[in-house]
This record gives sequence, C-alpha cells and structure tokens, in this order.
Amino acid sequence: MRDTSFAPGRILIYLIVSLIAAAYLVPIIVVVLNSLRTSEEIAQTSMIGWPQRWAWSNYGIAWADFCVAQTCAGIRPYMLNSALVTIPATIISTLLGAVAGYAVSLWRFPGDRWIYGIVTLGLFLPQQMRLLPWTIVLRDVGLINTLSGLVMIHTIQGLSFTTLFCRNYYVAIPQELIRAARVDGAGFYRIFWRIVLPLSPPILIVTVIWQFTHIWNEFLYGVTFTTGQQQPVTAALIALTAAVADIPQYGVQSAAVMIAALPTLLVYVFGGRYFVRGLTAGAVK
Amino acid sequence: MAALTIRDVYKRFHSVEVLKGIDLEMDSGDFTVLVGPSGCGKSTLLNIIAGLERQSSGNIEIGGRIVDNIAPRDRDIAMVFQSYALYPSMTVRQNITFGMECRNVPRVQRDEAVGRVAKLLQIEALLDRKPGQLSGGQRQRVAMGRALVRDPLLFLFDEPLSNLDAQLRAEMRIEIKLLHQRLGSTIVYVTHDQIEAMTLATRIAVMRQGVVQQFADPETVYNRPANLFVARFMGAPPMNTLAARLEATRGRTVAVIGYGEAAIRFPVPPEAEGWNGRDVVLGIRPECIAEPTRHFSDLPGAVTTIVASVEMVEPTGAETIVVLRLGDERALGRVSPDVRHRLSETAQFAVDTRKISLFDPASGDRIT
Amino acid sequence: MTHAVPAAVQLSRQGTLSALRRLPEYLTIWVPLLLSAGHLVSFALWTIWVSFTPSTLLPVSGWVGLRNYTSVMATRNWTIAFDNLLLFGSGFVLLSLLIGLVLAILLDQRIRGENVLRSIFLYPMAVSFVVTGTVWSWLLNPGLGIQKLVNGLGWTAFRFDWLIDRDMAIWTIVIAAVWQSSGFAMALFLAGLRSVDADLVKAAQIDGAGPIRLYRRVILPTLWPITVTVVVIQLQFAITTFDLVRALTGGGPGIATLLPALVVYDFMFQRGLLARGAAAAVLMLLTLLAVLLPYAAWQYAQRRKAARA
Repeated sequence: MRDTSFAPGRILIYLIVSLIAAAYLVPIIVVVLNSLRTSEEIAQTSMIGWPQRWAWSNYGIAWADFCVAQTCAGIRPYMLNSALVTIPATIISTLLGAVAGYAVSLWRFPGDRWIYGIVTLGLFLPQQMRLLPWTIVLRDVGLINTLSGLVMIHTIQGLSFTTLFCRNYYVAIPQELIRAARVDGAGFYRIFWRIVLPLSPPILIVTVIWQFTHIWNEFLYGVTFTTGQQQPVTAALIALTAAVADIPQYGVQSAAVMIAALPTLLVYVFGGRYFVRGLTAGAVK
Repeated sequence: MAALTIRDVYKRFHSVEVLKGIDLEMDSGDFTVLVGPSGCGKSTLLNIIAGLERQSSGNIEIGGRIVDNIAPRDRDIAMVFQSYALYPSMTVRQNITFGMECRNVPRVQRDEAVGRVAKLLQIEALLDRKPGQLSGGQRQRVAMGRALVRDPLLFLFDEPLSNLDAQLRAEMRIEIKLLHQRLGSTIVYVTHDQIEAMTLATRIAVMRQGVVQQFADPETVYNRPANLFVARFMGAPPMNTLAARLEATRGRTVAVIGYGEAAIRFPVPPEAEGWNGRDVVLGIRPECIAEPTRHFSDLPGAVTTIVASVEMVEPTGAETIVVLRLGDERALGRVSPDVRHRLSETAQFAVDTRKISLFDPASGDRIT
Repeated sequence: MTHAVPAAVQLSRQGTLSALRRLPEYLTIWVPLLLSAGHLVSFALWTIWVSFTPSTLLPVSGWVGLRNYTSVMATRNWTIAFDNLLLFGSGFVLLSLLIGLVLAILLDQRIRGENVLRSIFLYPMAVSFVVTGTVWSWLLNPGLGIQKLVNGLGWTAFRFDWLIDRDMAIWTIVIAAVWQSSGFAMALFLAGLRSVDADLVKAAQIDGAGPIRLYRRVILPTLWPITVTVVVIQLQFAITTFDLVRALTGGGPGIATLLPALVVYDFMFQRGLLARGAAAAVLMLLTLLAVLLPYAAWQYAQRRKAARA
C-alpha cells in the first residue's frame, strides 16, 4: 500500500525499529539474566551483565526459602494467594458479565439503558473513591484480611468490564436469531445456553484474559485489605524489595520478580491476540 | 373459521404511529402477501402477529383464539426470516429440530419429522452441516425446513427471498408456491417486491404508512387498484397516470387528455357519469397500449386507436417499451419487438380502454 | 366470538403465572447489574459524604463544609503531588503518544517480522506496575543499574542519577510509564492506520504526494479521533497512578515523587484522616472528570455529526 521502493529508507526503518525493540526488551533481559547471577557478582559489577556463574538456585530460593517480612517461605504462598483470588474472581465475574451483557444487549426490560449506563461508569470511577466503602463492607461481612474478600471485590468491580465486553460483542448478534428462537419456543435461559453461549468463545477468552491479567497485577486492594500471609504476590513483592534493603539479594529478587510476572506473561504469549483485542475493546468504550 | 383475524391494530413507537388501525381477516389456506415500500409497517405487523412485538391496541386472533397475551412459542406459528436466522452453532438437523427440542418432543418423533421435511425440501445431504457451510439458497431451504417441520396453524414469512440473487429468487418463488399448493397451509408473507406479491398471493394487502390501502386478490389489485398509490406501486413498469377531464359527448362519457386538435379521447364506463365536466386522473397499464395491429378484443368500442409521437424507445428483447407523448403527459406503452419506431415520429397505437381506471385527483381514490 | 371469552380469562391467569415463572430470569438479570451499579453509586456518594464530615479514624456524621478540601489543598504533600501530576501527566502522555505514533507508522511500512515487533512493544502491558516499578528501580539506581554499567565500562564521569535527584525523580516515573504503555498507543494508532481507506491513499499517490506529504496531509489527519482517545486513556491512567510510584520510588526521594493517589492512601490508611483522604479522592475524581466530561461531550458531538451525515 505504501511506498516500498526506497531501499535506503527501508534499511533505516528496520534499524530504528530494531533499536527501539531492543530498548523495550532490556528490562526483561536484565531481570532474566540477573535471576541467574549470584548477588555478589551483581554487587561487584552492575545489574546489567552476563552471568559468569549460572546461579539456578536463585529460583528455588525465591520460590520457597526467601524471607519476606519475618516469614521465610519464599513467594510460593503469595503466588498461591494470587491464584486463589484471581481464578475464582475471573471465572465468576466473566460468567455474571456474560449473562448481564446478554440481558442488556438482546433483551429489552424497563430500566435497561439506565442500569447499563451506570455499570459502565465503573470503568472510570477511581479505586480511591471505593477504598473506604470497601473497608467498611469487608469489616461488616467479616472478610477483612481474607482472600474471599478480595475475590468479592474483584468480582463486583470486574462486572463493569465483563458486562461491557460481552454486551458489545452480543449486540452484533442479529435480533432475528433471537426472534427465531422465541418462535421456536426457547426462553431466556435456553437462548443463552444453546444459541448465545456457543457463539461466545472469542469474547469469553478476551474477557478471561483481561480479568486475569488485571486481577493478578492488581496492587492497591491487595496491599490495603490484606496483611502478612494473606497478601497477593504484587503486595508481597513490594515487601520483599523493601525488606532486603540492608542485605541486597538482587539475584533472588530478580528470580522472584520473574516468577511473579510469569503467569501474565504466559497468558500474553499464548493469548496475545485476545489480549490486544481486550485492550482495544476497553479503549473504544 | 378465519385462520387469522387482525382487528383494529395500532402500534406506536413513542409518538410515531407505525400501524394505524389494521383490520384483516384471512381464511385457512390463504396465501396472504403484505406488500408495501419500506417503512410501511408490514414487518411490524408480522412481528405483532408472531408475538415478537406487542401492539399498542387491537387484537390478534389465530385459529379463533385471541393470542394478545400469549408468547410466540404458544401461538402455534412458524416463521421464516429475512436473514434466515439459522443458529450458527447448530447443525442443519439441530436447527430444524430446535423447536421440537424446546417442546420436549421425543427424539424418535423429531428424527421422523426431520426426515420428512428434508425429503420435501431436498436437503437430506446437508443435515449434518453447519449453516456457515451452506450457500445462500441452501440456507433459505433450511430456514423453510425449520418452519415446515412444525406444521403450525400459521406460517409467517418475512421477506424470505430478498437475500437471494435474481435467478435463485425466481426458483424459490416457484418452489414456495408449489409447497403452498401441496400442503394447503395458511401463509402470511411480507415483501416489498410486487412481483413476488403478484405471483405468490391468493390475497394481497398493499400497505402504506401504516394503513392498508387495498386488500383483495391479485387480479383485482392489479386491474382495479383502489387508489393511485396502489396503481403506481403494483406493476413494473408502473401504470400510466395521466391528468384528464371527463366530458359528455353524444350521450357518452369520455375522458379527454390534452386540448384542441391534439386532444385524445377514451371512452370510459358509464358509472363515471357523475364526474362529467371535472378533472380526473386516468390510469392505464403500459400493456394496454400497443401497436395498432395488436388484437385486444372484438367487443365494439373496447379498442381505441390513437396517434402519438414517440419520445424514446427501450428494447428489452421480449418487447419494446415506448415513451409516448399524450397531450402534455408522458405515457409508456409495450409494443412488439418487431415494431421499429423512430424517435420523434408520430405513430398509431391501439389502446385497450376496458382496463382504464379513473381516480379522484384530490383524494387519489378510485372512481370506477 | 364465543371462543374469545374463555380464552381471555385463561390468558389473564396465564399472565400472572408467566410472571411468576419468569422470576428467576428477572433475578439473573438484575442481581449482578444491581450489585455493580449499586456499589458504584453508593460508594461514590458515601465517599463524597465522608469528605464533608469531620471523620478521622472512623467515619462520623457531621458537616464541616469544604474544610477538608481546603486543608488538603493547603498541605505540601498535595501541592507537590498535584505539580508532579501535571509534569508526569504531560510528559508521559506526550512521550507515549510520540513513540506510539512513530512505532505505528514504522510498523505500517509492511516490514518483515511485524508480529514479533508488535508483541515486543506490547508485552510490558501484560506486566504489573509493581514489577515494572521494581525492575526500573534497579535499572535507574545509580549504584546498581545503567550508571554503574557505564562507569564500569570506563566512562567514570557518567551520571544518570535521576532516581535520587529530587528535581528529576519524577522523570524516572515517566520513563517507566512510557515503557509500559507506549505500546498500547502504538496498537491503537496502528489499528487506525490500517483502517485508512486504501482508495484515499491511492488517490493521494496519483495526485503526486510523496510519502511524507501523504502522511502529513492525508493519513495523519484521519487519526486524530484516535489520538484524542489515546490521550484520554493515558491521562486517566496518569491521574490514578499508584502502584508504579510505590514500587519505583516509594514517593521519594523525600516526597519528591508523590502523586495524588499516594496522598489519598497516606491520609486514609497511614494518618487515619478518613475525611481528608476522602476529600483528596474526590479531588482526584474531579481531575478525572475535567478530562472525561469534555471527552464525553466531544464523543457525543461526533456521534451526532455522524448520525446527521
């Protein structure tokens, strides 16, 4: 489509793009390499360097032995916490969002526009406006400092996104399909189960990936509503980097950072297409 | 007993009236076509009959039962949609049996019904495919199959052929007509295509802006349109509608087009006598204007020969459309392709005056 | 007609019955929607209410007017945080727009390996801000990262110590944030470039426009609605930034890199001044609205224009 004949120009283009790409890759390369270097080596040279001696044990230590705030069990418990929050919250919010999106896109009921409009405001309302009320709600239902509390928060807050994603996908389903099913005798649930849900895998994947990455990477609620052994891994990472300020253990810390980032990076590697679709879908509200 | 009765149905969306008092009654076995330009309310009316939309007032009665508060599934209807609305994730077989599945019909019965319909529509080979793997014509058949399998009181067709190309459309038209003749089912069929209406219907309801303009058999609608709208809407090319005035000449009523020397006179039925001396709109179908050798009728006075100048000639192969100047007006005629007129030449034409319609220029309504 | 009467009676009974039968449907529809909408509205209103009360450690009722707002705005933390927000917001948005646009244009030249490159530019979006902040805090640490590397290579006078420089520290946050989300701008711009009508480009080429003129006069003007969207989303992110600063600078050195979200957190959970924290949160919301409301109005106008056309 564009001019392709200008050879020196094209070399320049490749050069620039490759340089920027290299710059983008520096942080992850540095962390990966550091996670395989001993702390002494890092202290002597710098964060940036090729391992002279491969320190594979960093990962074992980071996973199970490392001390974070008086407990020495590595980041394993925190990874488990994150998983126990992220997985249920992702599944529940996606399912509820799919049903809600289905209802607002393919059915008319009194107040549908209004309620949907308010739900989408959740995309914009900053977390800071909800921190205090959540504190009170969690205290009143006895879920403060529990993983269930975080699951509840992420599920309810996630509904804004999941409903929006699914609704925007379902509005493209022809109304005639729903009409045909109604004439055939199918009701609200059967139409969802037999007709809408089988069409949904693409948007469900987008939604699950979006929710998973967001909840896994979330920090503010984790650090506010949980302490100690109940914290998700993002909160634990901060504690970890702060705790070792006196005796730096950058090799092990790098390994911990890699482990903490791995789930979402894997999701990105294997579901990149859907991840990007989620990003752009969230942008074009 | 009437298969379907529509009684004084109104439909308003906010402040817009889409249907303004529809009254129609259809007998069992009727093939009724609702035809009209887009936005005339025909699809809304069909959806109301199906129960997919609710009328603002009035009643719908199907098989003698008022169905106003009955859900579509319980109205004993089947429907074919414009987009076919085949469930994309189901096979053709599942598409066809979905309605029975919703009604918990036993599997044996379902299989039997699918077999019967598939045979009828010749789609046996497609039963295990998904709609995405079918051509437009095949999808159309499956959509019909989904409706036929139900054996309902009433079939509703919502522009079922409008997504097909011209050739396939003509084929399916014939097939639908054959099916109707074979099964004797009661059908309400919506289309904007007046050819479909003419070829398929036993009864046509011409609609415009939420009002039924005429409800009659195709021949009546074509030959005796109730008003100027129907006259111009049905038929292609449309009926010529020319400004004329009625005069009494030698005890007979004639319609005069043009003035003085160039005036052209057509005899009109004596019932129009009351309009003597007044302006009317004279309607005559293009096929009633032909070359002078054309034999329309032996009846005395049925054929009038006129002289008119040819403004334009459009050969279509099977016939030639000529544009004539009659007084200040243009009119279309359909002549044999063997007749070769030159532009601007003056020629003779035979006019079949038995099929002349007269309309009130103010209201547009038919006079005789 | 004789059928009509019993039919109608049966109907009304069927009517209430069907309404009852549909109760589960209504519950499925309304419960999640009401949970979501209910928490949004009540939480926002509650926080606004608290911001007008004298609450400290616990929420209490009472009315103090705008006192919390005036005292929040009078604190040094807030003024520094707000100044930082202006610097960070404009620096971050402009840089990520620029880099995103350049990357998108370069990737749009039908180059090989586009998919790989695009994945590279976007992967930071999959990583948490905590990870980003931690890693960049190492890279930008003068005794550990880039400066140490360059010094070690022999250029001992090289200094890159923004992280511990009060005046420059905010720019380290800009660097990390740009690294993380310029790929997002690229993705949106690239989608925009790809949706430019191919005939438009052909027409311009036939008119004799060279590549630079083609972009400047024909292609880029079609991108500006996307640009507005990108700016708004990035600003929304900038205004609510919290994790990144916590992990990268912790707000330091001193309080040099405070941002409003950190001030809110500090009031609410470290100083136990709920009402002031709420007031600061409301101020954040107002800042956000100052961006979002014009955007919503603009979108509405665009849509009206499109509908009329």
